[in-house]
Amino acid sequence: MVTGHKQTPVATAAATGGPAVPGRRRPRPKGRRHGWAPVMLLSPFGLLFALFFLLPIGYAVYQSLLRVHVSGLGLGPSSTTTVFAGFANYTQVFSDSSFVQGVGRVLLFGIVQIPVMLAFATVLALLLDSAAIRLRRFFRLVYFLPYGIPGVIAAILWSFLYLPGLSPIVATLQHAGFGTVNFLGSDSTLWSIANIVTWEYTGYNMLIIYAALQAIPADLYEAARLDGASEWKVATRIKLPMVASALVLTAIFSIIGTLQLFSEPEVLRAVTTDISTSYTPNLLAYTQAFITNNPNYAAAIAVVLAVGTFVLSFGFLKLVQRRGVAA
Amino acid sequence: MTAVSADLRNRAARPGGPARSRPAVSRSGILATAFMFVCAVYFLLPAWWLIVSSTKGPSTLYSSQGFWFSQFHLASNLTGLFSYDGGIYWHWLLNTLLYAGAGALGATLLAAAAGYALAKYDFRGRQLVFSVILGGVLVPGTALALPLYLLLSKISLTNTYWAVFLPSLVSPFGVYLARVYAEVSIPDELIEAGRIDGAGEGRIFRTVALRIMSPALVTMFLFQFVAIWNNFFLPLVMLSNTSLYPVTLGLYTWNNEYGQAPQLVSYVIIGSLISVIPLVIAFLSLQRFWRSGLAAGGVKL
Repeated sequence: MVTGHKQTPVATAAATGGPAVPGRRRPRPKGRRHGWAPVMLLSPFGLLFALFFLLPIGYAVYQSLLRVHVSGLGLGPSSTTTVFAGFANYTQVFSDSSFVQGVGRVLLFGIVQIPVMLAFATVLALLLDSAAIRLRRFFRLVYFLPYGIPGVIAAILWSFLYLPGLSPIVATLQHAGFGTVNFLGSDSTLWSIANIVTWEYTGYNMLIIYAALQAIPADLYEAARLDGASEWKVATRIKLPMVASALVLTAIFSIIGTLQLFSEPEVLRAVTTDISTSYTPNLLAYTQAFITNNPNYAAAIAVVLAVGTFVLSFGFLKLVQRRGVAA
Repeated sequence: MTAVSADLRNRAARPGGPARSRPAVSRSGILATAFMFVCAVYFLLPAWWLIVSSTKGPSTLYSSQGFWFSQFHLASNLTGLFSYDGGIYWHWLLNTLLYAGAGALGATLLAAAAGYALAKYDFRGRQLVFSVILGGVLVPGTALALPLYLLLSKISLTNTYWAVFLPSLVSPFGVYLARVYAEVSIPDELIEAGRIDGAGEGRIFRTVALRIMSPALVTMFLFQFVAIWNNFFLPLVMLSNTSLYPVTLGLYTWNNEYGQAPQLVSYVIIGSLISVIPLVIAFLSLQRFWRSGLAAGGVKL
């Protein structure tokens, strides 16, 4: 079957820190020193990276180990002292029911929304890649369009389309005899958010998969067709395995995005009372930092979230690697 | 061989897109096309509603059929939008252009230099540096924004342009793309030739490397532009002065206030439309750069 083509997703390199580029094979001009040139080229980026990536991570860890103690009545600046608290903030995070519920919510969201979106994106990419489709360029453009609309604006837009009285969708469903469909009730809000995210990112993921499909050498198909393979067989036996690593990449990006879920629920808070200030872990962190004014606790949540994101995306990668999907 | 070259090879093999022989229209082909149309409606319908609603007055917005035009109030909506609160919407548009445009431009150049250095020079710790930068791709931006706010507030830099602009200059994914591209597209011999001709390393980067990397630079610019434009959390955390807001944050505040000022609904709608038009056009016309970029990032043969 398919041999001689090894695919590596960007995330493999990202997560393992291994060489992303087949640079090893290339003989490099050795033994020549170019002095400070690489340092000069790297330092502008490196400096900003250190200041705006590494330093905040370190600072978040540091802040998460501190606590503000209020003595007396808590009036005036002199009555508060910052003390080292060890892992007290972290134990509080894990016993905080609103945090645990928020995590459960985004996990449920991810388990349902990510597979649905990726299946949808894969079907669209396969259809675009198949010979039978007309208007290929038009469809590709239309599916990709929502990605050009910022998440906040997409969420505002959909919030209007969910709002009874303003939404033509609610009105149309009512005319069709479905009654008043409530997109913003306690059991439907999460899936209304899932719809917004699916709408925004399906086309983007489709394009990643489509790009991978386009990179498959055409002679592979010819061989399969000569052997009498149907279009369906070609799709499932050749195309899908060949784009598996692209799918892993899209899945990892989606996992990262889901755990960070913030703007869509934050925007929908304007139209529904069902979304609390701790709806997702990120919303909770934001609330703790800026509304409850507890930055140390917020820092602990941010650290837990970052570590959790890393563990989940890395764990997912290891899982599929063990199954041999992305070697 | 990597996907960049694979992509080019493929494009050469199939000029003007996939030129496979087209079989006669089959029944499954018709079904598939019909399915594609239904999906197109799903993706287009909200945009269509936005266009239609932008033309409606405050009364017909609620009372008329949402997916079709009613009384035409586009002009008054536009004047309302651009004059509300002393014409602050202009500020928001310009701010967005500054944050996303200048930010992405700077980020692209910085990432190009870093990616080129990582691809074309041998130095100690090179692999470690690259791994740390790639690790940055996986760090959630929102987890960075909170501690960054605490840090910047110590030096009174919050609630300034810099608070949003400076973090936007860092694009680890851009470094990754630049390295992949530089690795395959810039021949070592060309760099050697430049050295023999007596050009300095910096000059070789500016005159040789940047020119060869220009298609990748466009891709990197696009990715970072959208990333900054889409980043809602950072300006939300950093800014309290409304005249510093990017358009997304501005529309978000209006969206939360229309309970008190009902005309804001119309402004949010038409403001959303105006703000996405330039982006969508730029974005769709540069689509081929997305594809080659995604191919380079996603697949390597």
